[in-house]
Amino acid sequence: MTAGTETTSIGVTRTQIDWTPYLAGAGIGVLSWAAFAIADDPLGITTALSAVAGFAAMPFAGTEVVWHNTYWTQAVPGLSYGSLFLLGVMLGALAASVRARQFRFEAVPATWRRRFGPSPTRRFAAAFVGGAVEMYGARLAGGCASGHGISGTLQLALSSWVFTILMFGTAILFGSYLFGQGEDRR
Amino acid sequence: MTIPVTGPALLPLGIVFGFVFGWLLQRARLTDTNVIIAQLRLRDYTLFKVVLTAIIVGGIGVFALHSGGLAAYHIKPANLLAVALGAILFGIGMAIYGYCPGTALAAIGTGSVHALAGAIGMVAGAIAFAFSFDWIKAELLPIAAAGPVRLPELTSIPDLVWFAALVVGGVLALLALRRRGAHS
Repeated sequence: MTAGTETTSIGVTRTQIDWTPYLAGAGIGVLSWAAFAIADDPLGITTALSAVAGFAAMPFAGTEVVWHNTYWTQAVPGLSYGSLFLLGVMLGALAASVRARQFRFEAVPATWRRRFGPSPTRRFAAAFVGGAVEMYGARLAGGCASGHGISGTLQLALSSWVFTILMFGTAILFGSYLFGQGEDRR
Repeated sequence: MTIPVTGPALLPLGIVFGFVFGWLLQRARLTDTNVIIAQLRLRDYTLFKVVLTAIIVGGIGVFALHSGGLAAYHIKPANLLAVALGAILFGIGMAIYGYCPGTALAAIGTGSVHALAGAIGMVAGAIAFAFSFDWIKAELLPIAAAGPVRLPELTSIPDLVWFAALVVGGVLALLALRRRGAHS
């Protein structure tokens, strides 16, 4: 799958073209065909994940409250194609990383450490908040980087193109600000 | 087995399709948050290359399947205020988290513990959304709501022209990006 380039660091040598991103992207495109034609359910993550979240809410909100919630009556918690898809994503990445000898436990990634220091608590707290904000945004918009960004844009949906352009624009501006600040001091 | 597959027969397909998706995300190095942050800082273009290629290849195939009556479109409604607000929140959250939801779940499979912390955050965000949904549905979703509209209908430009433009524009963008991605 790789084009003979090293995969140890972030980049590859400038003179060589690494075909992996194009092959992987094409693979996701072909997988989309199957998702549409065979499962009639485009690739996406957050619709299924919010249904799974209904289970997490049950212990403190009560099962009755969850089952009668307006949102969860349309995104029904349960064993479904979507929830198993989420499990499959984790298993697939696990298998690929083990096979490539790239599986490793990571608490604080290098990019984060350079900018915000080595504290795992700090990284975990930020990831939690970032994940919560991201998910809330995804549900508000009705999709995520997969559901809108790939499945929606490839159908030429207006909502998905608006989402994808605004989302990447915001992420680039805010990400550049967040990780660009004070870079020289550390 | 009939196509599309429905009912219990669909369940194992969820695992299989998910497995392939997770495998591809790992092979593309998108389970590495450093690669995603480097993309947001415009120092590495792996993420854009993968997404653009997926849109081009996926778009052509799904258009062909749809034209042949073999696939139905699933268009999300353009509740433009909610979509715009959601996109901005998503972008901010993604920069902090360092993953989008799909790459986050895949990253958990590769051993990323902080991706797991963020996934618990995603579940919390989903719960918060479900409990605020009644208000959002009444007050936000109806504002600037254009319905499940596609660009061809919106512009009265035929599908074929749009897809041709998507392929040409996408390939040109990929060619422009092909030598990028060497910084770290």
